[in-house]
Amino acid sequence: MRARAIALLLVAAAAPLLAQSVIPNNPGVKATVAIRNATIHPVTSAPIANGTIVLADGKIAAIGTNVAIPANARVIDGTGLSVYPGLIDSGTTIGLTEIGSVAGTNDVNELGDLNPNARVEVALNPHSNVIPVTRINGITTVITRPGGGMIAGHDALIQLAGWTPREMVLKAPVALHINFPRVRAGSSFFEQPQDEEAEKERKKQYTRQLDKLRDTFRDAQAYAKALEAKGQRFDRDLILENLVDVVRGKVPVVIHADNAADIREAIKFAKEFSLKMILSGGDDVQEVIKDLKDNDIPVLLGPIWSLPPREDDPYDLLFTNANALHQAGIRFAIQTEEAHDARNLPYQAANCAAFGLPKEEALKAITIYPAQIFGVADRIGSLEAGKIANVIVTDGDPLEIRTNVKQVFIGGEEIAMDSNQTLLYKKFSARP
Amino acid sequence: MSAIRKLLGCLLILAAIPAIAAEREILIRNATILTVSRGTIERGSVLIRGTKIAAIGPVDQVKASANAEVIDATGKYVLPGIIDAHSHTAVEGSVNELSLPNTGMVRIKDVLDNEDISAYRQLAGGTTAASILHGSANAIGGQNAVVKWKWGKPLSEWPIPDAPAGIKFALGENPKSSNFQPPPGQPRQYPNTRMGVEEVIRKSFIDARDYMAKWDEYNAKKKRGEDAIPPKRDLLMEEMADILRGRVFVHSHCYRADEIVMLINLAEEMGFKVRTFQHVLEGYKVATEMAKHDVGGSTFIDWWGFKAEAYDAIPHNVALMTRNGVITSVNSDSDELARHLNLDAAKSVKYGGLTEEEALKTCTLNPAIQLGIDHRVGSIDVGKDADLVIWTAHPLSTYARADTTFIEGEIYFDRARDLAKREALKKEKADLLKREKDLEEKEKKEKKGAGEKKPARVAEVGR
Repeated sequence: MRARAIALLLVAAAAPLLAQSVIPNNPGVKATVAIRNATIHPVTSAPIANGTIVLADGKIAAIGTNVAIPANARVIDGTGLSVYPGLIDSGTTIGLTEIGSVAGTNDVNELGDLNPNARVEVALNPHSNVIPVTRINGITTVITRPGGGMIAGHDALIQLAGWTPREMVLKAPVALHINFPRVRAGSSFFEQPQDEEAEKERKKQYTRQLDKLRDTFRDAQAYAKALEAKGQRFDRDLILENLVDVVRGKVPVVIHADNAADIREAIKFAKEFSLKMILSGGDDVQEVIKDLKDNDIPVLLGPIWSLPPREDDPYDLLFTNANALHQAGIRFAIQTEEAHDARNLPYQAANCAAFGLPKEEALKAITIYPAQIFGVADRIGSLEAGKIANVIVTDGDPLEIRTNVKQVFIGGEEIAMDSNQTLLYKKFSARP
Repeated sequence: MSAIRKLLGCLLILAAIPAIAAEREILIRNATILTVSRGTIERGSVLIRGTKIAAIGPVDQVKASANAEVIDATGKYVLPGIIDAHSHTAVEGSVNELSLPNTGMVRIKDVLDNEDISAYRQLAGGTTAASILHGSANAIGGQNAVVKWKWGKPLSEWPIPDAPAGIKFALGENPKSSNFQPPPGQPRQYPNTRMGVEEVIRKSFIDARDYMAKWDEYNAKKKRGEDAIPPKRDLLMEEMADILRGRVFVHSHCYRADEIVMLINLAEEMGFKVRTFQHVLEGYKVATEMAKHDVGGSTFIDWWGFKAEAYDAIPHNVALMTRNGVITSVNSDSDELARHLNLDAAKSVKYGGLTEEEALKTCTLNPAIQLGIDHRVGSIDVGKDADLVIWTAHPLSTYARADTTFIEGEIYFDRARDLAKREALKKEKADLLKREKDLEEKEKKEKKGAGEKKPARVAEVGR
């Protein structure tokens, strides 16, 4: 018993040591910087050759070919280099996980079905080693979202820099996340349940979950009404209270669903409760184009690097979804649903371009489109004067793997271009 | 398996079988040829004759006969078929014979499944061959199968006939069951520590030597004409003995630097060589030792942090091992990743600065060398098997797409054909579903009449 207690203590002690990044965090200095003579990609307008961009006070001060450079600016020679907006990943668990197999380091999934009162912003680890690894590849801003239960909780849109969670948060919540009940047991067409009894029971369970979801939302509507009523005190219910802004249509709902039947049921549910729905995942979007279009539902598409769910699906199903949405004029962004591997966001987007999506759209899907979907396009998502200085300097197209990100600015602060991985590389490169 | 399922499965396979030509000739013309072994030929051609690469060269120098099929590959790129040195695709059931610390007598080739759609999807990503490995639940797991993804062909044609035999070892968290519980009521199985993992392997080889000695004694007696009872055959000990005789490649899953060095030391003490370390995420820390033992490294390049032993993984691993003289390949360990190994190859240009040539080797020639099949595959060289892929752009580009995949001169994947067949397949599926539904209605009616309880069928299928 004693040995076990000691073992547990050792594990608990190890986790924090592993989790603390030793990379210098943002310096707190929003210097005045001018990057000169670079190819600038604002994203919301045409690329500018031989352009200059000036960052000051944490914002983009000016962009153009004939821009006045302030006297106190640090000038970076951008010859041969490109400047892009910081990339945005619309779905991650960054800050909530350090080592997948070590429970003490994972805060993604709260227990139970109903967790609208779970809020990511109170559980983020600003010193996770995952953060430097991700941002040095040009991803400056992400949605970190919870994953536990049917109603998983509220997410946060965060900058990948900051000494405390509050310094990181740009907007919290952006949305409530719901893992929608799934009508099918397995994903394969050929997967047939062994007996009728098991299938009946599974169908019952599915119906129970849907009912639970609807009942909870009806209760939330009633609670919202009760809050408005005057004169009667009642004990607060935090589960219902955290749904009030959602049922009032103030906070959107990101509904995670892949199967066409589930997506349709989710849309039905969202309409029933007048929710502002955003779809996440979306393996089967090509089958529900009309439903998405008619209801103006934006899609957080991804992960792209995922297998088609059914054996007889087209092999490129997940690769062609983005172009299908683009052709139909449906708003979309691309997400990784990762933490450690979120740095591959631009390459997942490029994969969609290999299968028909125009390249500029792939770039927009990880910059301005998520900013628009999350209601922060006035602050991030493109290089425009007045926006937050989330800026990356590269030696080429950031959606190509062979491109190097030379420098990242988050909120106008120059980010140390190291991670635990680059330091390990340096250390062992030097081994005699 | 229901009749309908079998029928639909067969139809999907038949849809992919190309026309068979006796001594076919195919000229892939005017592309950028990435030979991998001898550099790049801008505006070049490759001539396939039968199953082999017959000629390679600049476009005006490679001539084909009048009845050759000519593929205009202007603007395209040709790369050898990608080889995945760590696959678990096409296996029926579990890849782990969990039950003992050493199950080296079991064989992946006994449980291959040539109807796994993942094989086709990998062809669509330019992967043509793979080493299908036992899992990592045991310190010594099982014998691998080295195959080509010959989608549509009988299973007997999948294994590469002269590929050297291989066996899977595993070190670290998995064989010591760090991250999974035994079924309820069952005790934890030895080993529980890295010490125990080493012991399992050590003891297996010591037992193997005893086994070999017993057989040597028996054979000597027989030679002398003496009466002797043969020792009891032990399939596991015979496999261990074959490792000691150098007849079997050892591919060992490992993560941490200390366990890499542990196995190298143990191998040298026991008298065998490790052929490759798999995953080997901390290989960069002991690349010197690896190079000295002449062991290769095969790794997925940028996954990290999913286990404690994967926490120090760096994507520069491939580059650092390569710089230290270790033959390194990128692999997938994943049905999904195996579809875009070209991109993982590209990552070692970015992380660690390998040249594009070196990077391309990591997914083609190097895994071929590691698996002992480089006399056949892994580069575009005259006399090698015509395992080739036509790409729409340079395969190290994220915008590239594999459009046509050849194995031994036969097309096993072609995007245009795949697209053309989709409508027909959709219709066929709808027809089959309708037929099944009609059949069920009929049975229901008959059941009502007969009053007997028949085996249940799910009424609802499809989306």
